[in-house]
Amino acid sequence: MLNQIGNYSLYIALFSSFFLLFHSSYSIRNKSKSLDSKIFSALSVQTLMVLISFFSLIYAFVVSDFSNVTVYNNSHTTKPLFYKISGSWGNHEGSLLLWLLVLTIFLFIFFISTKNLSNKYRIITVLFQELIIIGFLLFILFTSNPFLDLFPIPKEGTGLNPILQDPALAIHPPILYIGYVGTSIIFSSSLAALVCGMVNKIWAQHIKKWIITSWIFLTIGILLGSIWAYYELGWGGFWFWDPVENVSLMPWFCLTALLHTIIVLEKRNIYQSWTIILSIATFSLSMGGTFLVRSGILNSIHTFANDPSRGIFILCFLFLLVLLAIFIFFIFQKKLFKNLVKPLLVSKETAIIVNNWFMMFFLSVVLIGTVYPIFLEVISGSKISIGPPFYQKLMIPFLVPFLLFMAIGPKLKWIKDNLSKINLNQIISFILSIVISYLIVKLFGISYLFIVPLFAVGFFLLFSTIKDFFSKNSSLSQKISHFAFSLFILSILFNGIFAKEFSSNMKVGDERKFINKVIKFENLKIIEKDNYKSLMASFKISDEKRSINLNPEVRVYNQPRTLTSEAAINSTIYSDNFLVFNVIKDDGYYNVRYQYKPLMMWIWFSIILLSVGGILSYLKKND
Amino acid sequence: MIKKIKFVIIILFFSFIFFVFFKGLDKPNSYLPKKNITEIDTSLVFKNLYDQKEIVLGELISKNSFSIVNIWASWCLPCRDEHEYLLKLKNLNKINVIGINYKDKKSNATKFLSDLGNPYHEVLIDLDGTKSIEFGAIGVPETYLINNKIIVKKYIGPLDQSKLKDIIEIIKNEKK
Repeated sequence: MLNQIGNYSLYIALFSSFFLLFHSSYSIRNKSKSLDSKIFSALSVQTLMVLISFFSLIYAFVVSDFSNVTVYNNSHTTKPLFYKISGSWGNHEGSLLLWLLVLTIFLFIFFISTKNLSNKYRIITVLFQELIIIGFLLFILFTSNPFLDLFPIPKEGTGLNPILQDPALAIHPPILYIGYVGTSIIFSSSLAALVCGMVNKIWAQHIKKWIITSWIFLTIGILLGSIWAYYELGWGGFWFWDPVENVSLMPWFCLTALLHTIIVLEKRNIYQSWTIILSIATFSLSMGGTFLVRSGILNSIHTFANDPSRGIFILCFLFLLVLLAIFIFFIFQKKLFKNLVKPLLVSKETAIIVNNWFMMFFLSVVLIGTVYPIFLEVISGSKISIGPPFYQKLMIPFLVPFLLFMAIGPKLKWIKDNLSKINLNQIISFILSIVISYLIVKLFGISYLFIVPLFAVGFFLLFSTIKDFFSKNSSLSQKISHFAFSLFILSILFNGIFAKEFSSNMKVGDERKFINKVIKFENLKIIEKDNYKSLMASFKISDEKRSINLNPEVRVYNQPRTLTSEAAINSTIYSDNFLVFNVIKDDGYYNVRYQYKPLMMWIWFSIILLSVGGILSYLKKND
Repeated sequence: MIKKIKFVIIILFFSFIFFVFFKGLDKPNSYLPKKNITEIDTSLVFKNLYDQKEIVLGELISKNSFSIVNIWASWCLPCRDEHEYLLKLKNLNKINVIGINYKDKKSNATKFLSDLGNPYHEVLIDLDGTKSIEFGAIGVPETYLINNKIIVKKYIGPLDQSKLKDIIEIIKNEKK
């Protein structure tokens, strides 16, 4: 029954899409001045239908309706309710339905929130957005339908991968998807604005909200993914440059560039083509990411369904959209208001363009690292594997000028400024940063000198962003975000350089010395839970000042039968103590890995602060 | 005119990307090994599962006698089934059994071996699955009977009583 409801409501949504497509192209051709209420009703129907189908899937998961193939494959009756619900989007079919839901809701919100803008622009945005929605509806209905019947009805499902049974990961996909899907509105509306010839200040002001919204969700989505990886995968790292992670980072770079460019468009009415290109690129990267992840073309630790027919569908769909965008761009480019004013060398405009160059550079590095192996294999047949050193070696040196520009750029004025403004304060703080970094390197005996300039620009950015809080020349949200970014860079640097790792085989009662600490394996007990059995160890880590207890676990889940190790993490504002243990042999020895990670909390905190900066920009009225 | 050229170049560029991705999908088995691999590459370097030391495969393959190379993973259920036969093979004592741990987490792999017993004289790791391809492997589990670099026989899927018998037969016949 649920399957039928879900299925039919998707078909009705598809029908409304086609109706909207024809009706909106009809009203554009007839140049009807008044906006048809039919468009509004069709949009409402569509949103409602997708909502119904999404909730019928959730309901099927909640009541464990195993006549549904998706539920059977991804759920189990003993699973806690929270994970039954999150399990509905923790799989390929359900996640696409979620994607579709966000698409329709966003379009609906867009439509009702733009009443003061020209009708033609609104209708054309609906038209482009419906093209995307149709693509996704067809994709769901014909290649990944979440409402397939299963007969005879099994008594029990196969369960959700325990590694996915985690609160951070339960909300990670919806948040990330809102970010991804938000870029589709940016895509459609920028094409519509291009067609209507209204790529101007007013449009920039209005689309900026959507850009910031997507950016916030994308940032938090990526953050949740890293937090999950940090404590669940048990490697002690938080970013692995895995293709699936990279795929979420690429639109982020593009969106961050767009976030800065749109401000220039809003204030100065220049960089119009570049804004449009960035909008198109951001969405193409989000879609391209879906393609890379869902088609199985990448060889990644994230194993998603590997189905070439799905891949071909997304690929064709993606390239049709890209080609459409290119055609529209070239046809309507004439309409762009030709602004002959060239920005001067020393001005905020130029500073933002410099930011964009860096963003594009980082984007290219990640893009090449992610897709180059595919290209190489198709063209020459040889296989390579690109790992963290590639990204680190290419990106870290460029962080130095990037951070330097970030410290100086926001202080410049629009249109024209001069460099003679560089005052004593700045020079002092710059010298101070160099001295501090040199002392850090000297005191802790770090062998690579390259860290000095990196630390120096990091501190310089920190000082100058702190000082900015006392000046009036830029917005609060920008100050907070830039300050947060400098915190982020510094915490990553400290974290990366001062992290210490200890690994040894120990048995109950053993004591090991590690630097100035003593690690003691105190005891081990077995705990029975509903859906897993747990082997819980108790460790005591003490130094001269204090001692902490850590209780890592090894869990044996019953459905599906899987072994996971849960790290024990003790977080303080100074550092994290990370301990994970594994069973090795039957002789009572366990492999124990202890990591001391300074300023770990600050990495998370700075990213949250970065998004808070974004959120704050809603609060201020347009100044 | 310049605009037209730009347009054409961009379209060509995207068509090229499309083509490459399409081709990439076209062979979802893009890691398909060459068929007819008859000889193993003894210069392959592996890391040991337990101590991460690097080992050249050639040092492990016994000259002038048989070796077994078994590709396995802790996440692979059929590997559990074939495990008892591998233990039996090890107990024959005449044959060198090498395990290649395929796309696995170290903790899971060590746990697997400590639970079920270690049938291997040496456990090597193939974290990304690329080295197994050099053997011509298409999945896990797979077992290779090797005599002095030459692949005598390849068993796809889990070992069972009849395959075990087959291996023992081949070794016996050769000895005669």
